[in-house]
Amino acid sequence: MGAMPDDVADLLDKALVCELTVIDNRGRLHTDPLIPLWDGSRILMTSSILFSRKLERIKANPKVSVSLSDPVGIPREPFLRATIQGDARVLDGDLHRDWYRRTFDLWVEKEPVVRKLLRFRFALPLFWERSVIEIEPRRVIRWRDGDTARRPDVFELETAS
Amino acid sequence: MNPQEALALLPQWKHAVLVYTGSDGYPMSVATSFQAGIDSVELAAVSAGPEEPPDGEAQLLFSSIRPYPGVGYDQRRYLELTGTLTKGETWRFVPRKARGWDENTLPFPELCERAVRQANRYLAQLSAERGKRVTPEMSAGWKLFVATRAPFLTATLVPVALGVCVAAYQHHFNLGLVLLTLIGAIAVHLGLNVANDYFDARSGADGQNMTPTMFSGGSRVIQYGLVSQRQMLMLSLAFYAIAIVCGLALVALTGPGLLWLGVAGLFVSWFYTAPPLQLVHRGLGELAVALGFGPIMVLGAYYVQTGHYALLPGLLSIPVAILVMLILYANEIPDRLADALAGKRTLVVRLAPKQVVAAYAVAAGIAYASLVAVVVAGIAPWPVLFALLTIPLAVQVVRGLARTYDRPYDIMPYLQSNVLLHLATGSLLSAGILAARLIP
Repeated sequence: MGAMPDDVADLLDKALVCELTVIDNRGRLHTDPLIPLWDGSRILMTSSILFSRKLERIKANPKVSVSLSDPVGIPREPFLRATIQGDARVLDGDLHRDWYRRTFDLWVEKEPVVRKLLRFRFALPLFWERSVIEIEPRRVIRWRDGDTARRPDVFELETAS
Repeated sequence: MNPQEALALLPQWKHAVLVYTGSDGYPMSVATSFQAGIDSVELAAVSAGPEEPPDGEAQLLFSSIRPYPGVGYDQRRYLELTGTLTKGETWRFVPRKARGWDENTLPFPELCERAVRQANRYLAQLSAERGKRVTPEMSAGWKLFVATRAPFLTATLVPVALGVCVAAYQHHFNLGLVLLTLIGAIAVHLGLNVANDYFDARSGADGQNMTPTMFSGGSRVIQYGLVSQRQMLMLSLAFYAIAIVCGLALVALTGPGLLWLGVAGLFVSWFYTAPPLQLVHRGLGELAVALGFGPIMVLGAYYVQTGHYALLPGLLSIPVAILVMLILYANEIPDRLADALAGKRTLVVRLAPKQVVAAYAVAAGIAYASLVAVVVAGIAPWPVLFALLTIPLAVQVVRGLARTYDRPYDIMPYLQSNVLLHLATGSLLSAGILAARLIP
């Protein structure tokens, strides 16, 4: 049992995109590209209610995986690949403000244009009604040089629960 | 999208992510290289750690973005294939289902618009869970601004200003009456805008429109759950009530001659989208707007100042009427598919694309020719010809509409120029009339 490996935490910090996989209540897989945000202990993502099917699925089944795989969307040298499995929960108490308090600073570091777009939130109001997906990592699978043909390192993480 | 179409797209991507469900119930994903075939995808074998991918149900996810320093990223696209993985000498994935998004083929605003139903469904679920209605938030001021489409008030300011300036040219000016005229005219315009959204929501025209822009498709406040249909109806009636009070006050102050013009204005404004006439559904909306925001407003503003009607303001209202009609007309271009589905047979719905653009050019030409004619006929002073300075802008709009006719988001700059064309032409016309008083 251990903590998130430093190089994977750095990968999460650098990644502009990851692939989030969730499982619906009929056992079917669904994968969406999203921006991963790392707050030091949990992976955060934010999703507009426009694209809220994944939120419904997470509420039905919290088991998710996050794949960090794209060398273009993750500008980190040296590149590595990782998959993080964990338990997700949806924070949607206040759709208008909670995501801002929890994710805005981290989000704007990766996508600076968000600060400007938010000033015009009246033009696309439903896009800015958002939930936070909070993922507690349980297992990290890391391919050191990004070569997934080679055996990866596997880390079982300590969880708060 | 069917799997075969999806397979044809795979050369765009450099790697795939193989996704499957582990025996512990967690999804597992691992990147791999691939070779697309005619009906399947050949994958490079991977080492996935705790549990290797089993034969059976799996997914392939292809995703890419282009980092854009200082902004974030662009060129977003992804493709999700669901199917069956078979491992042998080679790993083969046969797709059964495909879904995805490429922002080059489906612009992000349209993607959002298509997802509005899902957003409303999610809000309904939250409402049911919490036992109280959960709605999107927007301040009352912004809601009013968006619901009334206040930026389009230039369509009212221009004709009122022209009527007042023609009166001033003839030595009639009363600031108090100008302000009362403006309040009444603005109230009619806002009442019309809000009523238009209400009736378009009821007919389904706005709900079916997946490509609304800043200039078309309505304010969307009803579709987004920000304001109810009933609230919009009440707001519209409130604006009309203000307009009627202002109109009656102006009749009392200036004379009964204004009454029939005011009644005509209200009639045209309400029945623009309201049943049973629904003028805009019958291809008469453009004419209704031309009359309302042209002669009715110009002559009304003139009458309030002078107490009589005259030929000069009537003739000068023609180019303003045509150009305001062209605002509506061009704004109908991105709406035409949804309008047609809702039975809203606007002129743009009725005409072929080339005819639409040609008719725009002809109408704009008539607007400018009418100005030249009233000057040549000695009815208007020559400085009104300052308004001809906007001809290059009109040419730019015609070319832009022709070029971007089928691209609702690319056409927006030209729709904006079209609004500016009306504002600039009307302002130069008013300025020309005022200048004629100063120039001997």
